[in-house]
Amino acid sequence: MNEIKLMDAVKKGDWRVKASFLISGFGNITRGQFIKGLLLLAIQVLFWVFFFKFGWVYLQDIGTLGTQEMGFGEVDPVTGIRERVLGQNSMLILLYSVVTVFVAVACFATHLVNIKSAYTAQVAVESGKKPSNFIDDLKAMFDKNLHITFIGLPAVGVIAFTVLPIVFMVCIAFTNFDASHQPPGHLFTWTGLDTFKSVFVDDGTKKSQSFFGILGWTLIWAVCATFINYILGIIVSLLINKKGIKCKGLFRTCLVIPIAVPAFVTLMFMSKVLGDQGPANVLLESLGLPAVKFLTTVTPARITVIIVNLWIGIPYTMLITSGILMNIPADLYEAASIDGAGPVKQFTAITLPYMLAVTTPYLITQFIGNINNFNAIFFLTAGAPLTLDYYQAGKTDLLVTWLYKLTVSFQDYNLASVIGILVFIICGALSLATFNITSSAQKEETFG
Amino acid sequence: MKTRRLISNIFVYIILGILSLIWMAPIVYLVILSFKAEKGAWHSYVMPKEYTLDNYIRLFTDTNQFNYPRWFGNTFVVAVFSCIIATILVLFTAYAFSRLRFKARRPLMNVVLILGMFPGFMSMIAIYHLVGIIGLDQSLAALVLIYSGGAGLGYYIVKGFFDTIPRALDEAAYLDGATKWQTFYIVTLPMSRPIITYTVLTSFMSPWVDFIMSSVIMKDKYDNFTIALGLYRMLERENIYEWYTSFCAGAVLVSIPISLLFIFMQKNYVEGVTGGAVKG
Repeated sequence: MNEIKLMDAVKKGDWRVKASFLISGFGNITRGQFIKGLLLLAIQVLFWVFFFKFGWVYLQDIGTLGTQEMGFGEVDPVTGIRERVLGQNSMLILLYSVVTVFVAVACFATHLVNIKSAYTAQVAVESGKKPSNFIDDLKAMFDKNLHITFIGLPAVGVIAFTVLPIVFMVCIAFTNFDASHQPPGHLFTWTGLDTFKSVFVDDGTKKSQSFFGILGWTLIWAVCATFINYILGIIVSLLINKKGIKCKGLFRTCLVIPIAVPAFVTLMFMSKVLGDQGPANVLLESLGLPAVKFLTTVTPARITVIIVNLWIGIPYTMLITSGILMNIPADLYEAASIDGAGPVKQFTAITLPYMLAVTTPYLITQFIGNINNFNAIFFLTAGAPLTLDYYQAGKTDLLVTWLYKLTVSFQDYNLASVIGILVFIICGALSLATFNITSSAQKEETFG
Repeated sequence: MKTRRLISNIFVYIILGILSLIWMAPIVYLVILSFKAEKGAWHSYVMPKEYTLDNYIRLFTDTNQFNYPRWFGNTFVVAVFSCIIATILVLFTAYAFSRLRFKARRPLMNVVLILGMFPGFMSMIAIYHLVGIIGLDQSLAALVLIYSGGAGLGYYIVKGFFDTIPRALDEAAYLDGATKWQTFYIVTLPMSRPIITYTVLTSFMSPWVDFIMSSVIMKDKYDNFTIALGLYRMLERENIYEWYTSFCAGAVLVSIPISLLFIFMQKNYVEGVTGGAVKG
């Protein structure tokens, strides 16, 4: 059967199809597909009820995000009391408007389906067949149209819990929804690119110097956390797999257990152990060494988070790379040792180039993961030590922990959104680079 | 030559021994502290003076402020439900992208790629209010929806597995008159046990280790806390003196099942990650 195209329906549809342009389900009902037609009709009716009862109430204020603040209005001439005015809520106006737009798009899509379906029924009747009944349609959802079922269900979840919130937050980036514009007490409104400007241009609020400072540290962190982990992880893996080493399983288990324990547990625990009066410092002092403020002074704190992250990262790299290391042809190493290359030379000339070539996509995924590594920073230092140079952030804060603090503790939602968008752009550029490098996107068709 | 190898091996043993010690030390220390009898986090000595089981008992008896058993139950319930929903959604998405051919396939895969690059919790405030709209604010059901709702986005690893199952099997099933659903259910699923195990376990584990979403959703609703959130509260400045040792005990208790699960699925885990992110 040929695929039904929407344009055909517009061009060749009869009066019943044309009527379906206005009344959803008309074509189906008049051709005997009652259940399907009535369902389509019900969706249309429900949409308009929803739109006028709920959606339009908010959507009409989308341009201003509300004008009526909560407060007291005119004095009532009869009672002599000032009337309380409930006021509008900019956040709800924006959120419900976004919801309404999403519902409208979904219903419009259903409407297009209705037109197609009306035309399909027409084609069936013209070719002398009976239009499919509801049971047949349901069966098709598990056979010919299985992709609709299999993509549709997850898509509902993704749209509701990922796409819609992201759209909302992107909108927030263009408003002044910050700590001093909190509904329901206050309104916020569209401010265009002001928040972006405050991030890039120094305007005395320290936002731009915080952003560039934190971005710098985020990149240093991501580079260190990714590459030191990677190289040391490969070395440890080589050591464990070295010929003639016994108890490989025991060593491997000792290294893997730390990553099997939930990271938040170990990180929170480490933050107490490494605290100023914690056992680590007690131990140092009992050995006659000076105490170190591991987590409360800038440079030691930065080094500490990188080292503690090694503790989690090395076993992880070891797990991932063990199998790949085995694939390096042994004759390469034999040839190298005949030529007189020592272990260090062999590592830099054979192992590392081979691994880099094979695991580039993994490395970039790790790099992006580290840019977004909330746990390692938040549970260890929570961004400390705090500094007056930064706007609501500390010297070990990453962009994402700053984003979290701005949202949860300081209610600077617009700034948080802008940072989220910028992180997205950074990660997006990196990922784009990866997926051009990797061939796995083209590889999928070659199996079987 | 032989003695040289012996010396280098002894050297490697020493390094590995030291590394194992360093790696195990914090875990062992956590377990030791969970039996510490003295209260508080800061002492002038490293090893506890006395040992006790009270920290563990207290977790289950002193439940007025910190209701550990309840949080454990909450997390378990959320984990079970979100694991069921998430697994189904992931399998559906992965199968559709791997095996079914439809017009929107490539564009949709690109959209998923793009969505994945937004920092996950950037939109947490919107999510908080969205679950409010459907009347689920501060509830466990909201957490289930949040953990499993976006699950379809993580289809990539499972798709990689489906891609390796020969298509000839599908075609044989079609020739025998199987519908697409039957092919999925009868041919593909039984062959996918490793990847299903992987999906089930990872989605089961995520609620146990998530802090961000549950902290945003639950705010101060202690009764609906999950483990991660509760343990975090125990270490806040006003609670740490009273609860530090119980925190250690609670951390040990939650780590045991999660570690076992992780070690159990280690192999699948490695295959999953390398299958998706390594070329060659």
